[in-house]
Amino acid sequence: MTRPLLLSGGRVIDPSRGFDQTADVLIQDGKIAAVKPGLGAPDGADVRDVRGQVVAPGLVDLHVHLREPGNEDVETIATGARAAAAGGFSAVCAMPNTDPVTDNQAAVGFIVRQSARAGLTRVYPIGAISVGQRGERLSEFGEMVGAGAVAVSDDGKPVVSSHLMRTALEYARTFEIPVADHCEEPTLASGGVMHEGLVSTRLGLKGMPAAAEEIMVGRDILLAQLTGGHVHLCHVSTRGSVDLIRRAKEQGIRVTAEVTPHHLTLTDRACETYDTHAKMNPPLREAADIAALRQALKEGVIDCVASDHAPHAYDAKEAAFDDAPFGIIGLETAFGVAHTELVLGGVLSLPELIARMSTTPATVFRLPGGTLQTGAVADVVVLDPATRWTVDPATLLSKSRNTPFAGRTLTGRAALTLVGGAIVYQVEAPAGR
Amino acid sequence: MTTALGKDLVGLERLSPDQIRLILDTAEPFKEVSERPIKKVPALRGKTIVNLFFEASTRTRISFEFAEKRLSADTVNVAASGSAVQKGETLVDTARNLEAMRIDMVVIRHPSSGAAEFLGNRIRSNVISAGDGKHEHPTQALLDLLTIRDKHGKIAGLKVVLVGDVLHSRVARSNIWGLSKLGAEVGVCGPDTLMPRGIEELGVCRFRRIEEAIEWADVLNVLRLQLERMEMGFIPSVREYYRVFGVTLERLEKAPRALTIMHPGPMNRGVEIDSRVADGPHSVILDQVTNGVAVRMAVLYLLAGGRPELADAAQRGAE
Repeated sequence: MTRPLLLSGGRVIDPSRGFDQTADVLIQDGKIAAVKPGLGAPDGADVRDVRGQVVAPGLVDLHVHLREPGNEDVETIATGARAAAAGGFSAVCAMPNTDPVTDNQAAVGFIVRQSARAGLTRVYPIGAISVGQRGERLSEFGEMVGAGAVAVSDDGKPVVSSHLMRTALEYARTFEIPVADHCEEPTLASGGVMHEGLVSTRLGLKGMPAAAEEIMVGRDILLAQLTGGHVHLCHVSTRGSVDLIRRAKEQGIRVTAEVTPHHLTLTDRACETYDTHAKMNPPLREAADIAALRQALKEGVIDCVASDHAPHAYDAKEAAFDDAPFGIIGLETAFGVAHTELVLGGVLSLPELIARMSTTPATVFRLPGGTLQTGAVADVVVLDPATRWTVDPATLLSKSRNTPFAGRTLTGRAALTLVGGAIVYQVEAPAGR
Repeated sequence: MTTALGKDLVGLERLSPDQIRLILDTAEPFKEVSERPIKKVPALRGKTIVNLFFEASTRTRISFEFAEKRLSADTVNVAASGSAVQKGETLVDTARNLEAMRIDMVVIRHPSSGAAEFLGNRIRSNVISAGDGKHEHPTQALLDLLTIRDKHGKIAGLKVVLVGDVLHSRVARSNIWGLSKLGAEVGVCGPDTLMPRGIEELGVCRFRRIEEAIEWADVLNVLRLQLERMEMGFIPSVREYYRVFGVTLERLEKAPRALTIMHPGPMNRGVEIDSRVADGPHSVILDQVTNGVAVRMAVLYLLAGGRPELADAAQRGAE
């Protein structure tokens, strides 16, 4: 029996029911007990004064790489969950490109157990679509779902075979799980290390054309239409993809999509100094793509923000651009970057951003959380929207340091993160307070 | 040491027109050194230079080595294979180890674009790119500029076409920057499969037919067609390439004026260029090679902190 917790006097934003007003939030027995102005504290309650701060459902990230099992030197489920908690996330979904691949119930169960042992942010496993992510034979979706998988994906390896993608979408319907795809036509993108355009031409780096993504977005939409299955498009990065998704949604096709904070804020010009922290897949695109992605996120054409947190060792990124791996970390900067650029930048309201980082992603993968309804699981975040902080890679809680936002001053960060009513992160009070 | 050119020379994109002219002007007095019976001046006596080649090269490496030796520098050649080990690690570790032996300059050739800049940002010694991936080959473009200036007495206002595989060519990129900064009009000609995206946005004229390029140009710089491109499907056959894009005597004879013919080498005779053209009266291909040594002497001299106005004196130094 844990102590009741009262979050007192904050701006409570719950996009799940369009709620946005100053109120108290009472948490008892791991659940939301009440949300109302002027709630009294029950006996023995832990009362937190959160005036000037925002109380919202905990953030949910549908796309992270936690590297365990296989590459624990750069991240583990525990360190990833710790970084997630510090970023305000109460739930994250771990992609299956581990070593060995998370393509069976035992592997899924391992992640569930490691997550429970860490006791921090919830880590939901995503199972592989195909055995060994080899793109040949379907994995056992049923058993993986039974062990705790919430979706399937061969992320990092695009599903090349349209037949396999079709059968995955059909087979997944039995278990009511989405099939998440990394959209990349491999023969077009082959050897590419950045976006194909003027910057890649100047730098003499091999580009990946936007069409390499859009061809597969188009294919996946057609297959979702054919099968009636739910396709979730990972890290959408081009304006052409946005157009395709908008049209598909207008036709009622079951497609959802995510976008990363970096694709919403950085262009291929970040590669100009051959900075390997600007190397990711899909690559950073052009200003017109950013504009289309922002508009799509606002309209809900793109459903949610996901970090694509991808830790890599210092040595791996300390290399010539061609030789460095793709990917950056993002859990601890996602909210700050999105809040600074999108909310303070006038693109989204704060309730809209919280919807795109909590309520909608929870709905897309059918996860608990994303709401402050009475009786719901108490996955809650207290956000301090006014705090200015500078991203210092040395102080990040992730095991890796590969962020393109190092040195950036951001406004807004998590102050307190609750999972099932338990505190999994609280910001250290500045000295002297 | 930071000089009139900065610490490193990794490309022409970031050089100003004045800096490029400075290099060309500094090269002039050094040309004569190579014509003497005793081809040596003491300008870089006591300096240590490492030629770090991660990619096979004959002409460029030898040209740099002659330039260094004729300036009296002490030189070491390191030929490292980039394939055996993680290239980035090898690169930075190799360079740091060399630097620990107290060297002054590194000349680097590397298969990855950006490798020279990567190295320059991590060591104190001056870094000179001898070609990085598909990015830039600054000293090649500088010697091309010097050769054009020798032949035509100017660069501004000339029309220069780069013919062939611009997509994979670091020589092309450096030439585009250098020529446009000095006021030449630049064209590119080749099949679309060998043209990078957005090339027109660099301010160049795009030709899809070699006949039109020849009609327009004063100078043709014919790029080497790497034969492995054919296997990668960029062109159907060498035979067809020569028929459609080859710089032949018949095509040149139809031009309204005599065109200066350049090639960075090594040539595929009968693939991108007709032997009668390569060896013809308007070819300056061997002058390019001669000028390569002088231009590289100028770059080394300036990066070592040599004062441009003293280049003449440095050249007289041995006398």
